[in-house]
Amino acid sequence: MSDVFIIGAGIHPFGRTPGLSGLQQGVYAVRQALAQTGLGWSDIRFAFGGSDSAGNADTMVSELGLTGLPFINVANGCATGGSAMFGAYSTIKSGEFDLGIAVGFDKHPRGSFSPLPADWGLPDWYGETGLMLTTQFFAMKIQRYMATYGITPRTLGAVAEKAFANGVLADHAWRREAVDIDTILSSQMVSDPLTKFMFCSPGEGAVALVLASGKRARELGLPSVRLRAAAVRTRPPGSFEVFSPALDLERGGSPTTIASRAAYDMAGVGPEDIDIAQLQDTETGAEIMHMAENGFCADGEQTAWIAEGRTRIDGTLPVNTDGGCLACGEPIGASGLRQVYENFVQLTGRAGRRQAPGNPRLGYSHVYGAPGVSAVAIVER
Amino acid sequence: MPTLAPIIAANLLVEVDGAYHLIASRDRASGRTIFPARPDSDDRYDSVLLPPEGRLWSWTVQRFRPKSPPYAGPDAFEPYAVGYVQLDGALIVESRLVDVGFDDLRIDMPMRLVPHPFTLASGVVRTSFAFAPVEEAR
Repeated sequence: MSDVFIIGAGIHPFGRTPGLSGLQQGVYAVRQALAQTGLGWSDIRFAFGGSDSAGNADTMVSELGLTGLPFINVANGCATGGSAMFGAYSTIKSGEFDLGIAVGFDKHPRGSFSPLPADWGLPDWYGETGLMLTTQFFAMKIQRYMATYGITPRTLGAVAEKAFANGVLADHAWRREAVDIDTILSSQMVSDPLTKFMFCSPGEGAVALVLASGKRARELGLPSVRLRAAAVRTRPPGSFEVFSPALDLERGGSPTTIASRAAYDMAGVGPEDIDIAQLQDTETGAEIMHMAENGFCADGEQTAWIAEGRTRIDGTLPVNTDGGCLACGEPIGASGLRQVYENFVQLTGRAGRRQAPGNPRLGYSHVYGAPGVSAVAIVER
Repeated sequence: MPTLAPIIAANLLVEVDGAYHLIASRDRASGRTIFPARPDSDDRYDSVLLPPEGRLWSWTVQRFRPKSPPYAGPDAFEPYAVGYVQLDGALIVESRLVDVGFDDLRIDMPMRLVPHPFTLASGVVRTSFAFAPVEEAR
């Protein structure tokens, strides 16, 4: 069993790029990651990649070079990027290959996603009558959570305010302007209690990571992080997920709670050891709930945490240091890898104006999506 | 009782002695209740009717017109309330909420299943389901 390191990371800026397809943005990210390592495409032994709605990753070989490498397409909804990295991680850990790439990219049309019920094992009436919207799920999950744990809209607003403030400092972010909390709270209500500025938008972008075995990473001697854990989990009984016509009365955990636990076990660390975290923030409530589901605080403690600024870049646990999905948008295939990119940049001390202080050593990333899948990765400098 | 338009899908909603019920399935092995119901041909499940009354578990308001497909409602759009209703002994079911002001929605308020006429973009009306507040005894 080999140790696994991330030795390079490339990104195509998130947002809207009318002149480039999603695939072309993916190629851009791969080239940037390779350039950072000094390696060529012909050095790469394998690749995992995918998008949700921007085409087949393996067709990138047309542009990158016909080296004959195995290139495995990954389609796993919002966990596509996380699953691509899990594939690359497992491949190197097994000793099969010692140098590979995980790439994720996407390009979504404007507005909310338009899923088809049959693709999710659901009857047509569920979509026809207007119940099949991710926005409704997130709104109802946080609505219940707020009532149970006494969280107020002001805490929702503060999370969005932090996201946009961080996005100002991130070159790859889509939203680069600060938005004050009163504007956030008074903006158009989208799905109560969440306003327009509390939701991320589907967008475009691409991320590529170069992964290497411990031996190969030492030979190359590049600034790198060790991938201590990569876990992907589907939903346990009693969870509350996107696209659920009904829930069990007996409430249970979530794909996030079990992926998180698995990742901590793999890495041999606990939430108290983590220095910086990138958590799925499809909307502001998701970041709040995911703070607890990933073990960083108890349910209800988020109000104090956020009021005290503990999750700001200069806080005790910086969360979503590049503004997360709220500032970067959510190109599904790329989003989970953006989180790992951000941890790589932060842990190697290259985050510029958004650099978290104190030389962060352990970085945590968490992506969540329909129909109930979470991927968690822990990296160490 | 007035005649209703055809129900929007088979195996979804049924009237028994003047009261409407959602149709669900119960796993014979585990006892777990599942909604929407499994196909009748699946002999691992028994067909069961869900209790018609419960309490609001969570809610939101759909304030923009959902994309079509999958949404099949008319182009003209009015915001509507959506919630999960806890039906004790069975499930927590997602539904439209009707006959209630958005400002009056409260978690734990008593709700009852009602048939809900749903107009398709073609103008055809089908009967779907919704939950409405249980009227307080006077």
